[in-house]
Amino acid sequence: MSQTVFAPWTDPAAKPLIRFKNVTKRFGTFTAIEELTLDIYEREFFALLGPSGCGKTTMMRMLAGFEDPTEGSIELAGEDIVKVPPNQRAVNMMFQSYALFPHLTVRDNIAFGLKRERKPRDEVDARVEEMLRLVQLQPFASRKPHQISGGQRQRVALARSLAKAPKLLLLDEPLGALDKKLREETQFELMDIQEKTGTTFVIVTHDQEEAMTVASRIAVMKDGALMQVATPSQIYENPNSRYVAGFIGDVTILEGKATKLGDAYEVRWAEGQPPLRAKSTLDLADGAECQLAIRPEKVEIHGEKPSDDNVLQGKVIDIGYLGNISTYHVELANGQIIRAQNFNTERDTRRAFTWDDNVWVNWTENCAVLLDH
Amino acid sequence: MRRFLLIAFPYVWLLALFLIPFAIVLKISLSDVALARPPYMPQFSWDEGIGAFLSQLDFENFTFLTTDDLYWKAYLSSLKIAAISTVLTLFVGYPIAYGMARAPEAWRPTLMMLVILPFWTSFLIRVYAWRGILSQEGYLNQVLMWTGVISEPLTILNTNIAVYIGVVYTYLPFMILPIYAALDRLDGSLIEAAEDLGCSRRSAFWLVTIPLSRPGIIAGSFLVFIPTLGEFVIPSLLGGSGTLMIGKVLWEEFFNNRDWPVASAVAIILLLILIVPIVLFQKNQQRQAEAEG
Ligand SMILES: Nc1ncnc2c1ncn2[C@@H]1O[C@H](COP(=O)(O)OP(=O)(O)OP(=O)(O)O)[C@@H](O)[C@H]1O
Ligand SMILES: [Mg+2]
Repeated sequence: MSQTVFAPWTDPAAKPLIRFKNVTKRFGTFTAIEELTLDIYEREFFALLGPSGCGKTTMMRMLAGFEDPTEGSIELAGEDIVKVPPNQRAVNMMFQSYALFPHLTVRDNIAFGLKRERKPRDEVDARVEEMLRLVQLQPFASRKPHQISGGQRQRVALARSLAKAPKLLLLDEPLGALDKKLREETQFELMDIQEKTGTTFVIVTHDQEEAMTVASRIAVMKDGALMQVATPSQIYENPNSRYVAGFIGDVTILEGKATKLGDAYEVRWAEGQPPLRAKSTLDLADGAECQLAIRPEKVEIHGEKPSDDNVLQGKVIDIGYLGNISTYHVELANGQIIRAQNFNTERDTRRAFTWDDNVWVNWTENCAVLLDH
Repeated sequence: MRRFLLIAFPYVWLLALFLIPFAIVLKISLSDVALARPPYMPQFSWDEGIGAFLSQLDFENFTFLTTDDLYWKAYLSSLKIAAISTVLTLFVGYPIAYGMARAPEAWRPTLMMLVILPFWTSFLIRVYAWRGILSQEGYLNQVLMWTGVISEPLTILNTNIAVYIGVVYTYLPFMILPIYAALDRLDGSLIEAAEDLGCSRRSAFWLVTIPLSRPGIIAGSFLVFIPTLGEFVIPSLLGGSGTLMIGKVLWEEFFNNRDWPVASAVAIILLLILIVPIVLFQKNQQRQAEAEG
């Protein structure tokens, strides 16, 4: 397998397709986006992730041309596009509400953008057929939007925004209205389409799982600023802040003070509890405040005290059974709760541990992430 | 029983306030003029019986309407004036409705108030006031002469132009409100979607805004067209001798000629003509309700 990994952001020579340079957007006195700098590369599937009101839609609208940045510049393929009106940008947007034209049929909705280019009729028709096939909507082509289901509407919106073969496709919470199963199917469909068409996608979502599934890179946002921009696995395994760690996936955070010990740190975090070891490349002064982020699936649970590092003793107070996995909530003597996850690989196993069992939890020094903010 | 009353009420209402008067007018239209009080015959009397009564009714008045040019010319002229007024009202009303729908949210109730406000004074007085504006020595001519646009006063009052101005002024709210309602409902992201797909502002207006406000345009047009067709006050006060409208003819038959039977026949025909746009209007409203439902 000599497949080259797709990671243009690691290549200093690569030219980004989109470049936000110190972009600030204010609505009156309210700052929605602050001093934001970001590069997005061609063929990326880029996810904007963040809580409601953090400025995701605002970023999309600036890319589409519906909002002007108050300060800074936005480049598309090397050109400043701030002054370019929306109808002249090689960017299409799939709206959060779909924004299908209610007076037009599915076919005419998809053809809408193509007709504006004054292409020959048969060319438009062929492209529309291709799009209908892509999203499997041929049987519904002559229906109006109110005569099809929510999932079908969403596919019409997707087909319409793809029809013009834009350089950049913006998807604002495209799957928000779908149920879980359809959502997952559509995620894979989206990835498939993205691969087939080679379009660069920017997707907004506040569903972290969705971002993890589809994205080549994720930007985690908070209050109009980027907290971390990295691949899904980096975001998950190496969050750079307590906020990012907590935003993606389940995590236990322990607060303490760090002391350097070889290539790792020792974290004293509570009276009467043993210090914990964690490998880190962070440069922390001795005694500096820090946090340890521990993912539940990295925590092992034992009935007898293991002889490893990072061992804590506690009592099972709660068990969450999710079918494929079980989550044990272990309460330590000082009241701190540590979550440990076990895969239920065998059917009908007698649970190894039950409520009020005395147990030991541990994890290796590579597994806990040391954070300084 | 309560249910029955609830259902019966609108029918009783319809019967009392529409069907019975209609039947009376129809009966008069089939009668003959008489120097009596009321000025037509036959009158129904129990002694002679219903057969004798009915045998005296005939369609004479309707055939009379076809023998004199005046009537069909008045109908045609009314249709023309109503149609032209409707188009003019649309051209004036649409931009106003559009501006209202685009105005900041906080202003809209005030703007709406301003549109409805004139209704709170007498329609007659407002139309009469236009005489003061449009006459030879009126404000309009004074302003135009003062600014030097014209050197001779324009003759507007007592022409069809004055009638158009009067109709547009009077019925403007009927055009503005349904269009405003349609535009207000219009989802702004549709316009953005159109622009996103390559439309200029202007073509987005033609391709999205206009089609989606069509139900409002149709409703407003009928609400102006239908009452204008039978309009009598505006042509009487602002129109001239050349302004031929069926409402005016009707008035003259009733009050100048005291020919109630012919006047009733004129009214019946007017009603028949109006049924077409009224039915179309209802269809439009129904379709709109379905599209939303
Ligand atoms: N036109 C506007 N005028 C004033 N404030 C605005 C405007 N548009 C957005 N905002 C504010 O900017 C902030 C960011 O809004 P934005 O729509 O980008 O959020 P979002 O991240 O997309 O949230 P959500 O996940 O709820 O869609 C919000 O606090 C919002 O209230
Ligand atoms: Mg949003």
